[in-house]
Amino acid sequence: MPSSTARRYAVMSVCMTVLCALFLFPVFWVVISSFKGRSELFMWPISFLPQSPTLENYVLAFEKGNFPLYFANSVFVAITATLLTLVISLMAGYAFAKYRFRLRGVLFAMVMATMMIPLEIIMIPVFRVIVNTGMYNTLWGVIIPAVATPTGTFMMRQAFISIPSDYMEAARIDGASETRTFVQIMSPLVMPTLTVLAIISFMWRWNDYLWPMLVVTSKSNYTLQLALASFSGEYSVDWNSLLAMSVLSLIPTTTVFLIFQKRIIGGMTAGGIKG
Amino acid sequence: MKHWKRKVFPYVLLLPTLVLFGTYLFYPAINGFIYSFYKWNGVGPMTYLGLENYADLISDRQFTSTLLRTLFYTFVSLPLVFCMALALALVVSKKIPGVSFFRMTFYFPFMMSALVIGFSWRFLLAEDFGMISYLLTAAGWEPIRFLTNSNMAMATVIWITVWSSSGYYMMMFVAGLKNISSTYYEAARIDGATAPQCFRYITFPLLKPTSLLVLVLSSINILRSYPLIKAVTDGGPGTATKFLVQLIYETAFEKNKQGYASAMTIGLFVILALFTLLQFKLNKGGEQDAI
Repeated sequence: MPSSTARRYAVMSVCMTVLCALFLFPVFWVVISSFKGRSELFMWPISFLPQSPTLENYVLAFEKGNFPLYFANSVFVAITATLLTLVISLMAGYAFAKYRFRLRGVLFAMVMATMMIPLEIIMIPVFRVIVNTGMYNTLWGVIIPAVATPTGTFMMRQAFISIPSDYMEAARIDGASETRTFVQIMSPLVMPTLTVLAIISFMWRWNDYLWPMLVVTSKSNYTLQLALASFSGEYSVDWNSLLAMSVLSLIPTTTVFLIFQKRIIGGMTAGGIKG
Repeated sequence: MKHWKRKVFPYVLLLPTLVLFGTYLFYPAINGFIYSFYKWNGVGPMTYLGLENYADLISDRQFTSTLLRTLFYTFVSLPLVFCMALALALVVSKKIPGVSFFRMTFYFPFMMSALVIGFSWRFLLAEDFGMISYLLTAAGWEPIRFLTNSNMAMATVIWITVWSSSGYYMMMFVAGLKNISSTYYEAARIDGATAPQCFRYITFPLLKPTSLLVLVLSSINILRSYPLIKAVTDGGPGTATKFLVQLIYETAFEKNKQGYASAMTIGLFVILALFTLLQFKLNKGGEQDAI
């Protein structure tokens, strides 16, 4: 009996490996093709492996495609937005989890209710707010609205609820101020959840497309996603640049994913809606 | 003195959140509702129309056909995502060799930007230089018009949606499966139950909370998807894969009919709100599960 189960599992494992290879094939294909030269990319019959591997497309992305600029913009947007998200979520989560105050129920319900108004629903009026506050065509216009995410507040609230209030009481008895209790005693205790939120938020902001597309107009403020979209015109697609830059744009997120995969998978399923 | 501080401190902590949520979520949400009663090009004066925008929506063939297309896309993708996620979860929750690698692989597309996913598939499926076309012609078949035939384009978009999101919901199912006690299966085995019977009478019923959650979450995420479609077909051919978010974007920012587009967003909001409310209802009690 055990040996037949083992054999069945081995067979399943082989089948799954094949399935995984097929599953990831579109990504492999993009990576492989990005090393093909201009003529080889559209050769018929097609070549499977690059016959004369070249970095031509990557050189193009760096020299003509402005990759370093777009990369820097994406890094700035993703990191700034993430830091702000962490700070405000930490504060709000702590308040909702550890204090009893008159408006707690109402305010928490209001924050959670914003789940029902994703950006797609309010893009027109938010766009007006951005224009009126002078953030149109700036990276701040991309960053600030994205920071208001109920998912972050909710995650940090849940994390603080699981920390016993005894720590707080002990700090207070020792004469620590409310601020000090929050910053030095309680916040370090929710580091694991904060890390997950940081990773998730970084991924979201790195991959954002719709909102940056609305806010940013000049190429000097493009993020990587906007640059990628700009390679696809109405009638033709600049595949050489697009393939190379797609591969480059995947490197940071893939690296973070590989390093933190266990935490991400656990935290993402708690995250729910992309946003 | 101390007591007073404890009363004020939570409000201080909440201040940044309330300011940001107020400015970028609540205020715009109310404005959006107000805009929907006006004729407005985004810059000039606003003209009050009452319910005219809504009346126009109902008779607007473009809107109603896009709405139906969006619902079709959602309700076809939904069961496919659900079944694929559940099937994968059943396999990767077994102790087969290499299981964490399999989980990671299926989860991976969820970490990719929707644009890159879309472009990758478009590259693979291109008619004149795509790999799939080549394989088909090499085998003596006609190339399939994955992206330029209306029905095929819809099927392609649905497939890519399933491909890119199943892994995420798979992980939710894996978490749900973990919570089912193995004693049920042991008891069933003693009674001589077969594997399909175990699934039908134990796994599926006990997985119900997770299943409902997956259905609600995925329907919301599917209804919102735009960047993926932008990259794969850009709504084409013609309008074959144009969905509500794209129509709203074009009406508001390309045709500058912001009042009318706002009325469309209220329509989308009603649909989303129904799904979200359902989700909140399902989550009552099981708070740590998901939002």
